[in-house]
Amino acid sequence: MDVFLQLTVSGLSTGMVYALAAAGFVVIYKASDVINFAQGDLLLIGTYLVFFAVAQAGLPWSLGVLVTVLLAVAVALAIERLVLRPLIGEPIISMIMVTIGLSSILRAAVNAIWGPAPRSFESFLPAGDVALGPVMLSTGRLLSIPIALAVLAALWLFFRHTRDGIAMRAIADDQQAALSMGISIPRVFGVAWGLAAASAAIGGIMLAGIVGVSPNVASIGLRVFPVVILGGLDSIRGAVTGGAIIGLLEVYTGGYVGRGLSLVVPYVVLVLVLMVRPYGLFGKEIIERV
Amino acid sequence: MSLECGVFHTRYESDMGLRPRPMQRIRLAVFAVFVLVFPFVAGTYWLDLANQIAIATVGAIGLNILVGYTGQISLGQGAFMAIGAYTAGLLTLNAGLPWGVSIALACVLTSLAGTFFGLPSLRLKGLYLAIATLAAQEIVEWAMTHWTAVTGGTEAIVLPAPSLFGVRLNSTFAFYWFGVLMAAGTALFAANLFRTRMGRAFVAVRDQDIAASVIGVNLFRTKLLAFATSSFFVGLAGAMIAYYRTIITWERFTLETSIVYLAMIIVGGLGSIRGSFFGAALITLLPALITNAGRALQDTAPMVANLLPYAQQAVFGVVIILFLVFEPKGLSKLWGNVKDYFHVWPFAYRRG
Repeated sequence: MDVFLQLTVSGLSTGMVYALAAAGFVVIYKASDVINFAQGDLLLIGTYLVFFAVAQAGLPWSLGVLVTVLLAVAVALAIERLVLRPLIGEPIISMIMVTIGLSSILRAAVNAIWGPAPRSFESFLPAGDVALGPVMLSTGRLLSIPIALAVLAALWLFFRHTRDGIAMRAIADDQQAALSMGISIPRVFGVAWGLAAASAAIGGIMLAGIVGVSPNVASIGLRVFPVVILGGLDSIRGAVTGGAIIGLLEVYTGGYVGRGLSLVVPYVVLVLVLMVRPYGLFGKEIIERV
Repeated sequence: MSLECGVFHTRYESDMGLRPRPMQRIRLAVFAVFVLVFPFVAGTYWLDLANQIAIATVGAIGLNILVGYTGQISLGQGAFMAIGAYTAGLLTLNAGLPWGVSIALACVLTSLAGTFFGLPSLRLKGLYLAIATLAAQEIVEWAMTHWTAVTGGTEAIVLPAPSLFGVRLNSTFAFYWFGVLMAAGTALFAANLFRTRMGRAFVAVRDQDIAASVIGVNLFRTKLLAFATSSFFVGLAGAMIAYYRTIITWERFTLETSIVYLAMIIVGGLGSIRGSFFGAALITLLPALITNAGRALQDTAPMVANLLPYAQQAVFGVVIILFLVFEPKGLSKLWGNVKDYFHVWPFAYRRG
């Protein structure tokens, strides 16, 4: 039972990082139909920027997090303006390749600046364990779950209640109608990338606290795909649910079946979902079919 | 050499020729002479690069048949190459087949595997297919490293050196001829493929699948055929790598490989055979050129040498993005521009 609880906490906290990355992916996909293969690198940037701000520049935690999010948003806005905007309306393959190119550049930049070796620094999440009955649970991981949920809830509220959020949904619904209502598409695309970067940066900051600062963080970018397909490509709720399910599934198979298997389980789920229910749990049922 | 002012076909044979115009023949002859002379002039280093380009050309043409001509996005190139390489190697090691037979069987098996992974393409389009092939890549990659009984896991598989009439084929010089033969054969096959009904059907499916099915193209059959044809050559490329290096490791067939090959056909030109070659050459040479440049700078600026691996990675990304933004049709289009300019040179009647 105690193993089960520990695995659950660990799975949920990993799952919430997936959910944050996936939410960013969903926001970009919803607004601009871009499949962002650089989502993992946005996480990576978050991780290293917070390392830079707190450990290297010596800022206090609260300020460091703020600076990280702002810098990540600035990077994303630059990417959107310089690289993505000229490609609006290009075929899917171009969109995929351009984000892959971006991912390559971002990773190279991070490696060139901070080097390939993992770094460690003191986390803002408390380090110790908390006792829940007979079971010891990592406080950091336990705390990261509500933090992530709060961020995701904020994102969800943004879509429901702010002008930009509603504009984004309008564009996702019908681009031409949205244009004729005076919604500025470039602005919305910019907001989408900014939000995606902010959400990923917070995920990256949490990762820095939970697993440490290393270039491997970027590999989580690929885990986003099982999550978003399971949850539904255009749904924030789906990203949260999908993230939790994939995170839990990974640690359970890792813990009970074997470590090797946990690497492939998300992709097996992905294939199954594509076969049975390609629009995922919460996605809209309109999917391109042949 | 007469100046061309138009193409006038007077016989059906010339109309249907692959390279009917005199200038095309001259260019082909010049290129052929270069290919024949090159191995006698170049050192081992450049010969090795040429071999890599030959292998990459086979793989890139294979991928281009699927992605560029039929419009089915695949991120599973690395997985298919792995299937080709491991089949070719294991058939020789475990069943004792001669290397030529193993390679042929590997191509056929990869073709079948490609058809199987192509099945989702019947229901899924565009990005969903891309994600499905991504999953296929991850699953095959996992099988390579964890299915120890068959693939040896993360350990490398060592193959016996292939030989033909007593000549060791995996030396850079001998492999060059094999590589060129395979690349030329693949290019010729692909060039002819798109002059047949089947090849035209591929292109029709890419451009407008509903219209294609209305005029009598069987989407089911055509897509699977595209996957099969494409994977055949991709498997060939994988098997060639296996026998060139005589060592098979899973690191050569990761998602990164898929991405590198996609970059080749993007940079070279989607739906272009010469583009596949240009792209294969550029993407293979790029890291080598950067390394050389870095070595040259090592004495003047030692700091640069440390940044080399990152510079390669960054330049790779920059090249992809620059091509997508400024020349989405790739090197093939640039080469076309050059040819068009000289077509009626110096009597150009229009600019650009």
